[in-house]
Amino acid sequence: MCRIGAIKSLDYVHPSRALQLMQSQQKGHDNSGFAMVMHDLGGIFEDYKNLPTLSMAASDEGVKRAEDILHQAGFQRVMQWVPETNAQPDLDINAMPNYVFETFDYPKFYRHAPQKEKEELLLDIRLQLRAALEPNEEGFVYSFWPDVVTLKEIGDPRDIGTYFHLWEADDKFTARVITAQCRQNTNYDIVRYAAHPFHLQGYTALANGENTFYLKNVEFQRKLHRGYIGFESDSQCFLYSLHYVHRELGWPLRYFKHVVTPLPFADIENREDAGQLKAIRQSLGHLEINGPNTIIGVLPDNTLFTCCDAKKLRPIVVGRTADTVVFSSEVCGINEILPDRDWQTDIYPHEREVVAIDGNLEVQRWNQ
Amino acid sequence: MESMKVQSVTPNDLPWKITYDAHRCTLCGSCVSACSFRAIEAKVERRRLIFSENEFPEPQTRFSAVPVIRQVKSVKNYCRGCGICEKVCPNDAIRPQRNPDSRHPIVTRCLGGDSIKRGGRKNLESAVRTLDKLRVGRISQMTDPSLDAQRHTFDMLAPFGRILPPKKLPLGISPAGLLETTGSTPPVRWIYPVIIGDMSIGALSWRMWEAVAMAVAYLNEECGLPVRMCSGEGGVPVRLLKSRYLKYMILQIASGHFGWNRIANAMPQMVEDPAGVLIKIGQGAKPGDGGLLMAQKVAEHIQAIRGVPKTDLLSPPNHQGLYSIEESVQKMFLSFNAAFKFRVPVAIKVAASATSVSVFNNLVRDPYNIVGGFFLDGIDGGTGAAHEVSLDHTGHPIVSKLRDCYLAAVNQGRQGQIPLWAAGGLGKTGDLAADAFKMICLGANGVFTGKLILQMAGCVGNDQGRCNACNTGLCPVGITTQEPPLVKRLDPERVAQNIVNYFLAMDQEFKKLMAPIGNSSLPVGRADALVSTDAAVADRLQIQYVC
Repeated sequence: MCRIGAIKSLDYVHPSRALQLMQSQQKGHDNSGFAMVMHDLGGIFEDYKNLPTLSMAASDEGVKRAEDILHQAGFQRVMQWVPETNAQPDLDINAMPNYVFETFDYPKFYRHAPQKEKEELLLDIRLQLRAALEPNEEGFVYSFWPDVVTLKEIGDPRDIGTYFHLWEADDKFTARVITAQCRQNTNYDIVRYAAHPFHLQGYTALANGENTFYLKNVEFQRKLHRGYIGFESDSQCFLYSLHYVHRELGWPLRYFKHVVTPLPFADIENREDAGQLKAIRQSLGHLEINGPNTIIGVLPDNTLFTCCDAKKLRPIVVGRTADTVVFSSEVCGINEILPDRDWQTDIYPHEREVVAIDGNLEVQRWNQ
Repeated sequence: MESMKVQSVTPNDLPWKITYDAHRCTLCGSCVSACSFRAIEAKVERRRLIFSENEFPEPQTRFSAVPVIRQVKSVKNYCRGCGICEKVCPNDAIRPQRNPDSRHPIVTRCLGGDSIKRGGRKNLESAVRTLDKLRVGRISQMTDPSLDAQRHTFDMLAPFGRILPPKKLPLGISPAGLLETTGSTPPVRWIYPVIIGDMSIGALSWRMWEAVAMAVAYLNEECGLPVRMCSGEGGVPVRLLKSRYLKYMILQIASGHFGWNRIANAMPQMVEDPAGVLIKIGQGAKPGDGGLLMAQKVAEHIQAIRGVPKTDLLSPPNHQGLYSIEESVQKMFLSFNAAFKFRVPVAIKVAASATSVSVFNNLVRDPYNIVGGFFLDGIDGGTGAAHEVSLDHTGHPIVSKLRDCYLAAVNQGRQGQIPLWAAGGLGKTGDLAADAFKMICLGANGVFTGKLILQMAGCVGNDQGRCNACNTGLCPVGITTQEPPLVKRLDPERVAQNIVNYFLAMDQEFKKLMAPIGNSSLPVGRADALVSTDAAVADRLQIQYVC
């Protein structure tokens, strides 16, 4: 079973906090990897919020290939950050030769293009980079998006933290939203792409569970959008459904819940919005999920949310203080990093609920 | 001495031979009067008895005339093996016995100069059914908990109606940030995933048809299972058309258009919309061969409902006015959608065929969004009358064809937009839940069944040639006959009760299959839940091969 966690704060937070959050739950996950996506970046990335940052792990050849592609497409690098690594021989980490975090300016002819066009360009470039680096596993392109960085690696999360100096907090590498998870895809082949959180066009999702409608989801999603690829993990389906409902269809977040865990027909019939809910259930039936799941997601406006499967078969707790909200599979994670909070205000979301945290850390709870 | 006549028909030429024990027979006559085929008769035999009356043997001979029951030696009134004689005999003195040396297929054609017609089902021996080579093999264990069939709730409904692609839904955002409907969508009914398939009033006796209708009403109103029944081609009693129970009926129109005059005339008095309209293009048991209701079954009430004289009623093998799929969509679908003012879903039923995917593709790309279901009917089912050569030698199995259609939809990202309903020998082994569930995993939204319903009612026919006389109007158990004495053999309340109980059992069994794979709603297209021990089947259906 996975453990998942997320931190959203008014102040910038260092990933060491995410490591602490996850480390206290380490008996519940299998310590096979560490992955995190950071939104709303601070530190060295703070001045580049509108420019896309490439997050990639690659060989030397991979880095060269990627940079050539970006250069050819007209992107100009404005900032590069290479994390210092601590290559002690006894660390349990399956490291790649290079970890690249580079921020680019858009090609000249895109600088005044509508936002939507820029966003489609960024996706196309990421897909192009991913395809180019796939032969011989020359590299893994996790995200290419403004104000977002992704780090994923295989190994013991403690050692991964040590390797990247993530245990030592500083103010260079921070964010207001961090989602994290400490498990590789141990049910299936170990593939770097298979570790959640997953990111697509400003949306991030991670999940604790098993999506028994994986095949239904995959077969439907493959034809929905060019960005819905990979499917190395059943949890990717959640990201794609979120992206489709919120971005492609333009529906409010609460309808994501109606899509993935629709109400029973008998309940729908008694609702005022039965017409809409039935239409959703009909047309998006293949995005329904089954099996035990808890999902944590981030929207492009950095709203953080969580919801569960329709039978509440996986846990999630929301703890908060005045300036920080933490989502965690187990309450011990929250105890670790918010020891002084009022635990009586913790939220244990139920199976029909979406809990969303906006930019002011205001908690919104929608019942389905 | 007169030479023997080789050409004479003897019981050994017939498919069934009557085994009769004169010593046990009390000559009550029950068997003769019960045999609807007049395949046995009372006769007198000359018997020789040798006896002795003295202390020492002094054999004497006496001849006497003894009344006995004899099999009729005729290709017209031949024994169908229904076993009603055995059922009514108080002394177990008589029963039919299968004749492995039967020359019936040859003798009948030679004597009649006409094709053989019969009722029922495909009788040629086939190998193990494909569905029996599939197992529900993806069992939730450590990675995800299986559900509890008794404790958890399950949502087992299937759509009947055209479903729009998500981006075509007429939904906008209200000022309150909620979705609001900005246009109309095609009608969709969510119903139980097993439809009682189209058997006409005419093919069935009025008691049988009424029993099915009663069962359907009971399942809906008392058991909470929204089961629908398709009328079959041949109309619906006007009283039902004008009642509120019409909402449980799917009205069928086929190439004969039988009964639609009454339906159209009743429209102004309808208090409920029907559940749907099903346009029958073909049926799987006898594809390319239209429906056939022999004159002997066209009783007075059938004449009235269908608006026809007493004559053989043949539905042509195709709809005479249609020449292409596109035209059928435009003409038939549009007119039937319009007839009920676009409130009632309209679906199509076709026989499974090597070309089914093309037909399905054509419909799924229909720009009008008015095809509300694709009912695909394979061989192995069938209840009506047909030519034997059609029943035995034409048709296409349903399993791979259904899978092909589903995968064709998947390839276009259009799965679910035209719901797929499958039939053709499902429940043949008596276990419809398992068959239906496997078909659903392969991509069906639901299934429809006819033959099994007859068996619930007491049909004694089987796939080894037993009875199969639905065409004769002499159904020995009153199911497919319009002869009042035969119809009265059927107790409609008992039939309805059997059907209701079967559905309740099946409903539990569905849950017993959904729980272990961890699904609370129907696993449509979840082929990963199935495994096969047959590599060829696994490969063909794109599921996991196991050994």
